[in-house]
Amino acid sequence: MNKIVAIKVENLTKNFNGFVAVDNVSFSIKSGEIFGLLGPNGAGKTTMISMLSTLLRPTSGSALVNGFEISTNESGVRRSIGVVFQDQSLDEELTAYENMDFHGRLYRIPKNVRQGRIIELLKLVELEEKKDNIVKTFSGGMRRRLEIARGLLHEPKVLFLDEPTLGLDPQTRNHLWEYIEKLNKEKGITIILTTHYMDEADRLCDRVAIMDKGKIIASNTPEKLKEELGGNVITIKSSERDKLYSKIKTLSWVKHVEPHDGFVTINLENAEKHVAEIANLSANNGITIHSISIHKPTLEDVFLHFTGRTIREEGASSKDQMRMKHRLRRG
Amino acid sequence: MDIVYAIWLRNIKRYLRSKSRIIGSLGMPLFFLLVLGFGLNSVVNLPGMRQGYMEFIIPGIVSMSVLFTSVFSGIQIIWDKQFGFLKETLVAPVSRLEIMFGQTLGGATTAFIQGFIILVLSLFIGLNITSVYGFLIASVFMVLIGLSFTAFGIAIASKMEDMHGFQLIMNFVIFPIFGLSGALFPIDSLPAWLKSLTLIDPLTYGVEGIRYGLSGTSQIDPLFSFVVLVGFTVFMVVLGAYLFRKTNI
Repeated sequence: MNKIVAIKVENLTKNFNGFVAVDNVSFSIKSGEIFGLLGPNGAGKTTMISMLSTLLRPTSGSALVNGFEISTNESGVRRSIGVVFQDQSLDEELTAYENMDFHGRLYRIPKNVRQGRIIELLKLVELEEKKDNIVKTFSGGMRRRLEIARGLLHEPKVLFLDEPTLGLDPQTRNHLWEYIEKLNKEKGITIILTTHYMDEADRLCDRVAIMDKGKIIASNTPEKLKEELGGNVITIKSSERDKLYSKIKTLSWVKHVEPHDGFVTINLENAEKHVAEIANLSANNGITIHSISIHKPTLEDVFLHFTGRTIREEGASSKDQMRMKHRLRRG
Repeated sequence: MDIVYAIWLRNIKRYLRSKSRIIGSLGMPLFFLLVLGFGLNSVVNLPGMRQGYMEFIIPGIVSMSVLFTSVFSGIQIIWDKQFGFLKETLVAPVSRLEIMFGQTLGGATTAFIQGFIILVLSLFIGLNITSVYGFLIASVFMVLIGLSFTAFGIAIASKMEDMHGFQLIMNFVIFPIFGLSGALFPIDSLPAWLKSLTLIDPLTYGVEGIRYGLSGTSQIDPLFSFVVLVGFTVFMVVLGAYLFRKTNI
């Protein structure tokens, strides 16, 4: 068993009656890493997590989790992982302690070990005082923290977090990020998280893979990915986007320019020098500019660069997503 | 066994905590018992039986209570599916068989308790328990109804996507099972075609078994009832386990 590689995915594919949710994906995660799967809704992140946690059988390909093959050694994989699902999976009628206790029993943790560990973990996520409260009374953030604590109870080697901060307020998100970092540092747990918040990935992850339409289109450390884009990014909002785009395209110092919905992004070096030039250019051509901003590339720009879309531009309406989810569930 | 116990324990905790459910599901059986029992006691003469109508339907109402509670407990795993809790169980290193057994035992236990409450309440309106032995016989039949119909509920839930079909199941499956079971009328005096329908209904054997235990008389040999009901229970548990193993989340 290779101790250095926590997860190794090779040519993994999931096909739901003709809809390819995960398309021939390969990657590997080192032990002790925080690895982020980035992408818009419907990119295949949750399907990927479901396969790696043995809830879905892959159509083809293979994956090793903590040295166990997902399709032939389900119980080996299950013993090695903790999962925090995107949708809540607590029993709302039970107390926080009882939810933990149930989990401990499922993983056959002996009573004396179980009791101590539950209290220790509830302390870690600051829910110890609430341990005898019914989960129904908990806020979204408290539930998430409880789920994370529960996922750690059986001391997994690998922790899956599927959209851990979805729908939480900024303060709670920050709080959770601190926990996740602490867990990774202090307990050495390998963490694989999915998110469509680019700042979350940037802040937490040692390495990220950008997923789009079932494929991984880029994978590296957040820093490297941003460096690859290089220099600066100028974003110009204008109602005459196309005209602006065709003018800027001809400039020699522009590395890359792309039109988007109501704005144009330009990748270039030394943006400070050239921004005046752009302003003059558009003034001379009678193009109205609403705003110009210069910033260092973010993962958002990286995503934009690789997919040609912003993560928010995603075509799928919420109805489509519901339909998709429904389809995935029916699998 | 630990896993089965853990799942059983969760069911019992949830049951004991939902006072409204306990009281709510006593409503219908009590209503039947009081309205039909008092309403028809003086006008109905059961041919060839010395007991009154009230005494006659008490075993029927007890089985009704067990039937409804157990089917409902089984179908409850749809909620677990919808609210995500089932994932937590399915991703753990436990077999689906263990999960299904735990659920079945949990459902049967709560169903037995509900039936037992009706039994105790019946003591105040005319039920005379003749012997401890008879009471134990009745309990065995209650447990069997509980096990078989919880498994039945799990089998249905494994095939259902959400709770939309629940009314359909209640009206076209559960009520007919109850109505045709001889819980409310003696099967011997039925027309032949109807009698054969009641004899296909597995609940008939449960009702008759409980009736034998509580009043000492029944129209079907209790040993025969026992054999049929055990057979049905085994069949339902196997079917439920099979379908639950195949269910998608």
